[in-house]
Amino acid sequence: MSLIATLARLEAVESGRAQPLATVRHRRLTERPMVFVPLTTAGEAGAPLGALVGTDREEPRLLVVAQPRDRDLRSAFLAELADVLLPYVDGFGDDVELVERKETDAETGKKVTVEVELCADAAQLIVPSRAGAEFVRLLGRSMRFRRTAEQDPDTPYPAPPRVPLLGRWLTHYGERARVPGSSLLLAATDLLNRHWATGQSSLEDQHLGALLAWIDPPDGESGAQAALRAELGRDREGMLLRPPAGPATDPVFDNRRLAPAMERYDRARQLLAAAEDGESADERLGELHRAEREIRRLVADQMRPTWDAVWRALDLVRTLPEGSRVEDRWTRDRWSFTAHRDRVRAGEPPQPRRDDAVTAAQKLAARETAQAQLEAQEALDDPLVLAGRRLSGEAFVSEVIDVEMAWSESKRPSPRPLLTVRTEDHPHLGGRSAKVYRSLDGKPQTAQFVRYEEDGTLVLRVTDRMGRGKDPAEGSVPVKGDRIAWTLFEHDQRGGPKLPDPEETPWTHGGPPAGFAGGTPGSHVAEMPDLVTPEDLL
Amino acid sequence: MDKAALASALGSPGTFGQSQFAFMRGNAFEAKVKADGGKELLRLLGIDDPAGALVPDLAAAGPEGRAARTALALREATAAGAWTLLDHPLLALDVAGSPAYVEPDAVVVGPDGRWTVVEIKSFPMIDASADSSKVGAAARQAAVYVLALERVAAVTDAAQVAPGILLVCPKDFSNLPTASVVDVRKQLSVTRRQLARLTRVEDIAAALPEGVTFDLEACSADELTAAVESVPHAYAPDCLAACELAFHCRDRARQAGAVQTLGRSVRGELGGLTTVGGVLAAARGEAGDPADPAVAALRRAAALRAEALAGTAGVPEAGVCR
Repeated sequence: MSLIATLARLEAVESGRAQPLATVRHRRLTERPMVFVPLTTAGEAGAPLGALVGTDREEPRLLVVAQPRDRDLRSAFLAELADVLLPYVDGFGDDVELVERKETDAETGKKVTVEVELCADAAQLIVPSRAGAEFVRLLGRSMRFRRTAEQDPDTPYPAPPRVPLLGRWLTHYGERARVPGSSLLLAATDLLNRHWATGQSSLEDQHLGALLAWIDPPDGESGAQAALRAELGRDREGMLLRPPAGPATDPVFDNRRLAPAMERYDRARQLLAAAEDGESADERLGELHRAEREIRRLVADQMRPTWDAVWRALDLVRTLPEGSRVEDRWTRDRWSFTAHRDRVRAGEPPQPRRDDAVTAAQKLAARETAQAQLEAQEALDDPLVLAGRRLSGEAFVSEVIDVEMAWSESKRPSPRPLLTVRTEDHPHLGGRSAKVYRSLDGKPQTAQFVRYEEDGTLVLRVTDRMGRGKDPAEGSVPVKGDRIAWTLFEHDQRGGPKLPDPEETPWTHGGPPAGFAGGTPGSHVAEMPDLVTPEDLL
Repeated sequence: MDKAALASALGSPGTFGQSQFAFMRGNAFEAKVKADGGKELLRLLGIDDPAGALVPDLAAAGPEGRAARTALALREATAAGAWTLLDHPLLALDVAGSPAYVEPDAVVVGPDGRWTVVEIKSFPMIDASADSSKVGAAARQAAVYVLALERVAAVTDAAQVAPGILLVCPKDFSNLPTASVVDVRKQLSVTRRQLARLTRVEDIAAALPEGVTFDLEACSADELTAAVESVPHAYAPDCLAACELAFHCRDRARQAGAVQTLGRSVRGELGGLTTVGGVLAAARGEAGDPADPAVAALRRAAALRAEALAGTAGVPEAGVCR
């Protein structure tokens, strides 16, 4: 945490309200995001208990598994979830724009320009917390290797159609969420924490209810009081007023409410199975429905406050204007979305359990680039973020006090104007010829640090973006009196060196992956589904 | 001392508890792993043809009795030179001068006299990897068992304790067990050092003011509060995940304006300034020595933050730049 962020937290403690950490919104919020509030069964890996899901805050779709140990009920839940999520995702697949892209021709090895499709917008998934985002990954992993009866008639417990496909999409979203600055899958807590500093620790900030209490406390109450109520407040029967944002449930709720209700449900099912005549069966069926409705009500009551909180969080974050470089990152998200759409349409197998060495290295490199890019872009978009970089000596704001034209000493002299600037900041310029950058019409312009003058002013030599002529293009050279923010970090990030093709993976990294061992390159071996046993709870 | 009950009596109950679903699942899984005389467990240890192990009865009266029974069973098993599974043995460990008893899920004794701690957990190992924080917690827990076992091994002929423990978890999304050997040498040395550094319980008790008691039945809430307040606390946000009294201590730390309520790292960042009021006063130039680098940095941070928030970054103020 930077000192400026710490200061914001301390101010929040003093004022009893969260303080801004950003002056613009640094993440894209689409017009119609899909909010997904999942709950899981304690102790069972990825056994869903219920979910509220939808794009309309007034009408969430309620999905509940009345008995999470029942494989059929769980399958029904996943099928329903696919019914809600897949049409939403598919809805973005066909609205495309055509863009030109340079690609390397496979045969000639030359760079050629090709026209490819890019989805105009992408599906956006919002979950309450980081744990929710992790659960999306887990759900994706649990579904993508399953087989439907159509794919494999002999599969012991066939998955409902489209469930494996949903698994692949959720895996893609879970994976994309690990790329810094991506907005395809966002956690409401992360969104809020990026833009506000509360008067509590970052650990406590993971509690969505407490976080909202600090940012938007009720009238006449301090954030700390409201947050405490959100954390610990219980009604007369001992139930939390603000149930956890999931996916884990409150153990007290599990033990006092859910377990007895499930027991009633199980008993009603046994009785129904043992019914001997039609009349008693009807009666017992009614009992079963009542028991099921009760569980649905209980689970819905646990999720509803979180559902409302997520939408409230979206409202709050939307009040900030979007940063100008967010569009650029969202375009990358759209590329990611389009690429996955293409893989699904091309009938490629699901993502492997483990990435091969080359893919893993590529992902890591891409995330590192994205992280550096995000840090640069946020600083350029937002004076408050820039303030943090100025404090750490990575940027400075200066006023131009003199401009002296000069030219390079080549055959065709190019403009190399010298700027004398004054700054109150303390940039770590290191030795001579350190490079600094400023944003000129959204593009970076480079200058070289020449020297410090005796009065503490700096001399910089502008080295690019002044056109081809002897005289600089209009507006490309700062004039006296301009106030300019310079950064010591680059604005664009270059990718690292190219990695070898998968079939060229060196033995130090495990050699070529199995699909390339002796077969044709490109034909990955499809992975087997997970083992299942009849007694599996999941 | 029942800290949860004490926290409730103080009016700041914690939020600990276990769901019976998780509890049942954990028990069912453990029973499955140990079924059939430990056949499955031996298979997980890498024994190709497990014919089943000896499972001695460890029942005895009282913790001392059970610990003695366990030590005896360990000796016999080591001498017998056959695979032996000790189900829930009880081991004694000296903690701050008083004996504490710990109970691993199981200990397997091999024919070569190696003792291996088995820790059975119900969080899944998905694609051969499990949640690192949970594995870390399991390793720290198991290190304590290894430490306690080493005491017994020291007085047993031809016995040695394996520095790797066997962590058994459900595989992927199934109920099938899978296992992985976790090297706990690092956790062992940490635990050993911490135990050696612990102040003896008698010394802690001696440092308390005369007459302090945490007797829940005999004391009123006010008396309990006063008793707890007489003990110094060192609250940090990580306490919330581990201690029932954390909310109470947090309340006290907040009232005192301690900056570490915002995190341990914050405390380090701010140098000698330890209270919220003190830091803000220094940042605003109302207090503090400008020559102190921490104070100077704070003032710069406050000025930069104010400038950015005021939106004046583009308009130089007269006197600032000229």
